[in-house]
Amino acid sequence: MDRVQRPVEASQLLFESERAPAFITGSEAVMEAIKRANVDMAIAYPITPQSESMHLIGDLYAKGYLKDYYRAENEFAVMAAIHGASLGGGRVFTATSGPGTLRAMEMFPVWAGSRQPIVCAFMCRGVSLPPSIQPENIEMGMLLDTGMLMLHAENVQDFFDMLLKAYLIAEKPDVHLPVGVFVDGFFVTHTRETVMLPPDDLKLLPYDPENSPVPVFDMETPPMRITRDPLLNKSNFISYAANASWHQEVLAAAERARKHLAQYLGGLLEVENPNAKIFIAASGTAVSQGREALKDLLDAGLDVGLIKIKSIRPFPVNELQEATKNAELIVVPEFNAGGWLAKEIKATLNENNRVVAGPRVFGGMTIPKELIISEIHNALNRQNQRL
Amino acid sequence: MNKSIFKITPCFEDIMPDEYKELVESDPFGKGLGVSQLGTYKELLEEHPLCAGCGLALSLRLILASLPNPEDTVIVGSTGCSALAFPQVALHNIHSVFGNQNAVASGLKRALKLRFPDKVKDVVVIAGDGATADIGLDMVMQSWFRCENITTIMLDNEAYANTGGQESGMSPQGTVLNMAPKGKKFPKISMPEIARESGCAYVAAISPAQPKRLEKMVRRAILTAREVGPSYVQIFSPCPTNYKFKPQEMVARIKQREKEGFFKSKEYITTEAQEYLAGLEEGKKDE
Ligand SMILES: Cc1ncc(C[n+]2csc(CCOP(=O)(O)OP(=O)(O)O)c2C)c(N)n1
Ligand SMILES: [Mg+2]
Repeated sequence: MDRVQRPVEASQLLFESERAPAFITGSEAVMEAIKRANVDMAIAYPITPQSESMHLIGDLYAKGYLKDYYRAENEFAVMAAIHGASLGGGRVFTATSGPGTLRAMEMFPVWAGSRQPIVCAFMCRGVSLPPSIQPENIEMGMLLDTGMLMLHAENVQDFFDMLLKAYLIAEKPDVHLPVGVFVDGFFVTHTRETVMLPPDDLKLLPYDPENSPVPVFDMETPPMRITRDPLLNKSNFISYAANASWHQEVLAAAERARKHLAQYLGGLLEVENPNAKIFIAASGTAVSQGREALKDLLDAGLDVGLIKIKSIRPFPVNELQEATKNAELIVVPEFNAGGWLAKEIKATLNENNRVVAGPRVFGGMTIPKELIISEIHNALNRQNQRL
Repeated sequence: MNKSIFKITPCFEDIMPDEYKELVESDPFGKGLGVSQLGTYKELLEEHPLCAGCGLALSLRLILASLPNPEDTVIVGSTGCSALAFPQVALHNIHSVFGNQNAVASGLKRALKLRFPDKVKDVVVIAGDGATADIGLDMVMQSWFRCENITTIMLDNEAYANTGGQESGMSPQGTVLNMAPKGKKFPKISMPEIARESGCAYVAAISPAQPKRLEKMVRRAILTAREVGPSYVQIFSPCPTNYKFKPQEMVARIKQREKEGFFKSKEYITTEAQEYLAGLEEGKKDE
C-alpha cells in the first residue's frame, strides 16, 4: 500500500476534509472512489467501456487497498459471486456495461430481494444487435424495476462522489439495498475532467454486517429455519402473502432511502432557473448537453430552465411535480432509443401532454445542443398552432 | 459459531417451536457426531416436504449428519427439489437462483476467509444434477479451475425432477423422459472424471445405500477443500416420482443399477490430498 489510510466518519471524508483538484478520467475516478471506500473485495469481467476502471481496481488490490480481487468467468457469475461475498458480510464492488448487464440480469432482483448493500457501477453502452460499444443507456430502462437504487452521474465529479455516497446510502440499516451508479460510457469513463478529491489517506469506516437488517450467512448467529412455509413456490395463501410482503418491504426500503439521498446528494434532482415556463429535463450526460442548449436559448431570450435528475430509483416524483407545476413545456433529451426517462416523467406529471419525449440519440452519437434547441422550437410551434 | 448465543431467552420457551427447542437441547454442534449416532440427537433437517422414497432426501440427511463442523458450515444450494427442503435445514443456507451456486460459493468462501482469518468456515455446495452438470456447469468447472476452497456435492437423480421429470445431462442414454420423447440421445455426463481433470483434489461417487462410506467421502471432501483444493462428491439419489417406481424400492433400485454396472462408487484423490487426509486420519486414530 503506497498510503497508510485512516478510517474516518463519512461526513469528514465527504464534506469536511479539504479537497484538491485532479485532472482524471471517469475510470480513474472509480479507482479514486474505491480507494477511499474501504472495500473488501472486487470481482471483474472485462467489457468496453468498463474494463479500464476494473484494471485500476486490480492495481488497488495489488497495492493492498483491497483484500481480494479476481477475474471471473462471465457477468452472471460475477454478480452471483459478488452476491455470495456480500452474503458472507463483505463490502464489495464490481462494474459492467451493456451486454454484461443483460447477461447478469437475473442477479439484480436477487441482490435487492436479499437486501444487500452491493455497489455496482454501470458504464452504459449499446446492446446488440446491431452491435455497438458506444455510449447509450438503454440498459437503465431495463433495470428500473429490479429493486436496486439507481443514481445517474452527469460527469466525472458526480461519478466519484456518487460511488462513495452509494456505500453510505446502501448500508443504512433502514435501506440496505444495492445501489447502481450509472454513467454514459466513454463520455464519462474516457474523458478527463478536473475533479475535486478528498485526501487519499482517509477512508470510510469498515462495513459492519451486524447492522444488516437480515442475518449474514456466516453461522455466527443461531441457525433457524428460514421459514416454516417457504417463500418459495408453495401454493398457499400464507406463502403468497409472505412473498408479497417481502417485496413490499424492498420497495419501502427504497422509499426510506430518499432522506439519505437528500442528505448526501443534496436532493434527488437539481433545478436551474426554477421559474421558467420551458424545461429541459434530463439525466446523465444529456444534462450537460441540455446545459449547453440552455445557454443559447437564454441568449435568444427564451424562458428556459434545466432539471437534472440524479436519482432514477427512487424517482423524484414530488420534486418533479413541484419543479414543473407552472411549466408549459418539458423536453426530455435521452441517450437511448426507448425513451425510458420520458416515460417515467410522463407517468409522474399531470397534464403530461406538456412532455416531449425527445430528442433521442443512440448508436454512439452525441446529442448536439442544436437538436435540443430545435426540439423546443418545434414543440413551441406545435403548441402555438394548437392555440 | 459461538454456542453460548444459541439458547432460548428465559420465559420464551413456550412460544418457541418444538423442533427449535429440541435443537437447542440435543443439537449436533461441536460434538463430533456422525451417521452412526443418527437417532440419538436432533437432525439438522426437519419435516422436509420431499416425496416419499425420495433418494435426495435420504442423501441430504446423510450429508448433514456427515459434516465435520456443522457449527461452522454454510451451505449454498440451487433451485430444484432440494431447495424445498433447505428452508427446513438448521444451518445458514443460501438459495440464490438456478445454476449459480458455485459462483455464489466462491464469493462467500472468500468473504468468510477475510472476515474469519483464524477460523475454518466450510462452504459446501449441494445442488441437483441439472444445476451442476447442465445450467451451472461453466461456473462449477470455473470454480474448480480457480482452485476455490469449496466442496461441491451433486444430488444426482438423473433428471430435472422439480420441473416434472425432464431429461438432464446426467440421465442415462436411451431413457424416455419429458423433453426426450424418443429417449436420451447421448450418454450420462462423466462428471467425476471432469472434476478430476478440472482441478479437484478429491472426487467421489457414492449413494445413500452405503451410508458409512458416504459419510467418509463427504468428510474427506470437506476436509480436502479446507487445505488442499476443491472437491466433488456425486451422490446417486434415484427419484421414484419421475422414474415411476415404488417409494420403498429406492435403495433396491440403487443396488440393481449397481449390479447392472450402470452405477459405480468411485474415489479419485490427488497425492497431495492423500497425504493430507492420511495425516488427519492418522491423527484421529492416535486420539
Ligand atoms: C433460469 C432458470 N431456468 C429454469 C428454471 C426451472 N427449473 C427449476 S428447478 C429445475 C430443475 C432442477 O433440476 P436438478 O438441478 O436436477 O434438481 P432436482 O429438481 O432434480 O433435484 C428447473 C429446470 C429456473 N428456476 N431458472
Ligand atoms: Mg435432478
